[in-house]
Amino acid sequence: MTATGIDPAWYLTLAALLFTIGAVGLLVRRNVLVMFMCIELMLNAVNLTFVTFARELGEIDGQSLVFFVLVVAAAEVVVGLGIIVAIFRRRPDATADDVSVLKG
Amino acid sequence: MAVEGVVFGVCAVIVLAGAVGVVLSRNPVHAALMLVMTLFGVAVLFVAQEAHFLAAVQVIVYAGAIVVLFLFVIMLLGVDRAENVRVEPLRGQRPLALLVGVAVLVELLVLSGTQWVTGARSAADPAEVAAGGSENVERLAESVFTRYLFAFEITSVLLVIAVVGAVVLARRPRPEPAAEPVADAAVEEAR
Repeated sequence: MTATGIDPAWYLTLAALLFTIGAVGLLVRRNVLVMFMCIELMLNAVNLTFVTFARELGEIDGQSLVFFVLVVAAAEVVVGLGIIVAIFRRRPDATADDVSVLKG
Repeated sequence: MAVEGVVFGVCAVIVLAGAVGVVLSRNPVHAALMLVMTLFGVAVLFVAQEAHFLAAVQVIVYAGAIVVLFLFVIMLLGVDRAENVRVEPLRGQRPLALLVGVAVLVELLVLSGTQWVTGARSAADPAEVAAGGSENVERLAESVFTRYLFAFEITSVLLVIAVVGAVVLARRPRPEPAAEPVADAAVEEAR
């Protein structure tokens, strides 16, 4: 525990809640765009955990890792939205269930 | 102590409300705006934990670029209509999803409540850090550009690949007469 500040376990608990909400949303929703947003929620929960441990251990490495997670998330969103645009161009009202066979 | 407690409490409520809003809102546009709320809350929590550079990047890249990209796609595709949540195509999927969620939550809470720090603490002098001997941005830059320089260079390759992939995926197929009828119809419809 740091000298000034609250117990880091609170941050970890919040990150756990955020990750759980994202995971449940990913499993429950069928709109591919909303599923994608739920993945972003889970990534943010992990980032919060990294930053918490970076402060707790006095190391900057956790924050460096969050930096790389951000870059990979940006690349993932670009490619994922490209795929979604390609799917919706062919089938305008597709949900995740309609494209389960990877075939147009 | 007190200040950070208040900041944490307010931001925790904002973050969780936004996350629940993403999952529960039927309109994708509302979900995207709720996502912005969550991202801002996380950015404030970054500031509270002295990760100032990451907070700025969080707002610029996530709340700025990524959510705007989401909104662009939503508007471009015209899918800003409500999802029919009554239909449950896979029987028993939602109770199972909730069950899995509760299991994950319990596991994470048990782990974070009992033994969540393993490993040695940094040898860096906390007094020096607290005195402003090296700021957050400088420390992060030194880490990224020295110890993780190779990974940093690799991410540039990753970004180039992502851009090329997005262009290839989103490019319209040429309306050639030899194309199959379904593709032609799609192209005509897109026009």
